[in-house]
Amino acid sequence: MTAVLETMGLGKQYGRRWALHDCTLSIPAGNVVGLVGPNGAGKTTMLQLAVGLLAPTTGSIAVLGDAPASSPAQLGKVGFVAQDTPAYARLSIAQHLHMGSWLNPDWDDEVATQRIDQLGLDPKQRAGSLSGGQRAQLALTLAIAKRPELLLLDEPVASLDPLARREFLQSLMEVVAEHGVSVVLSSHLVSDLERVCDYLVVLVDSHVRVAGEVSELLASHHRLSGLRRNPSTLPANQEVIEQSHTDKQSTLLVRTEEPILDPNWTVTPITFEDLVLAYMSQARDTTHPGRPALGVVS
Amino acid sequence: MIEFQLDPASGVATYLQLVQQVHQALRLGMLEPGDQLPTAQQVVAKLAINPNTVLKAYRDLEREGLVRARPGMGTFVVQTLPGRDEVALARFLSQMSKLLLAARAAGLDSDDIEAIYRTAIRNVFAEGVA
Repeated sequence: MTAVLETMGLGKQYGRRWALHDCTLSIPAGNVVGLVGPNGAGKTTMLQLAVGLLAPTTGSIAVLGDAPASSPAQLGKVGFVAQDTPAYARLSIAQHLHMGSWLNPDWDDEVATQRIDQLGLDPKQRAGSLSGGQRAQLALTLAIAKRPELLLLDEPVASLDPLARREFLQSLMEVVAEHGVSVVLSSHLVSDLERVCDYLVVLVDSHVRVAGEVSELLASHHRLSGLRRNPSTLPANQEVIEQSHTDKQSTLLVRTEEPILDPNWTVTPITFEDLVLAYMSQARDTTHPGRPALGVVS
Repeated sequence: MIEFQLDPASGVATYLQLVQQVHQALRLGMLEPGDQLPTAQQVVAKLAINPNTVLKAYRDLEREGLVRARPGMGTFVVQTLPGRDEVALARFLSQMSKLLLAARAAGLDSDDIEAIYRTAIRNVFAEGVA
């Protein structure tokens, strides 16, 4: 099966700064992928590279098996909703749909008009007078009606109120269920991502920290707590992602494919939010490569 | 047709919450053989969850022999679960209380008992799965 998004050593440099560095990923089709990370981590750069709005400085990227924007057919297979879901303020909804039908060979007018109808929007209304939630829905409608195989969405719900956010995600999940489209969605609203994503990519400081199926990641990460000890005494197959120590106690978040046999640990499963936050907070340790230095162990 | 709810604070995986709600509905007679489960599309349109999560829950239910997917038509209940036996529940509660009193008399506190209880649950139910 072709990966929807495949990168090898992908990098993008602005002046002296790397917005994205040495990024290698292979995301299988049929997933809803959450791209998460702090502001400035490279999420937008990654999506713009995938849609062909930016060219890579290093490495390679393939989207649905081809270079991004390499042909009209390739462009037609990818739907993109940019940050803040832009629309042409002076054009009406109907004019947006009309433009969509001109610009996209596989435009599905029935899907577009039906969705606008379902949303209770007046096709004559100008985009400039829509609420944030309505504008986001219009942008999603345009991206869906071109019948893409892959939808890329850059922070589509960040500026929406909770109700509009839920409605947007409901629409998006309906589209996934109906058309079987793959989705890559950037956001830092972890509770939203937890509901909709089955694949996670955490991007911090221009680097991919972790990527994989959510169910596999949750099964291979555990929180251990017990008497204080130095993490370097752990078995080699247990990678420490996060640690905190008091004078008596150690609490670790470890990644391992093997069962944890040491009876001195109390082992608890972790949540999606724990997982995301653990990898995001690793950012602060990047000035000290390798395992973070440990304080005195008595 | 039943409607699913989600409790994000429960810590129970979403697909398991769906499975448990179908079990519950079968036990209470809200679902009977022949009834249709909501389609994945209907569920995600309400809960804003990943459709694969719904399909995973339905696959689990199918593996248990409770529902069957008919291509192009939907997922239907083919078997029900017996309601809980109230007498058996009451008897179990009384036996459990006696055990707990004995444990307390032996000097165990509620944390100790809970740890033992968890181990016992794991031992009994893990074997059933394997």
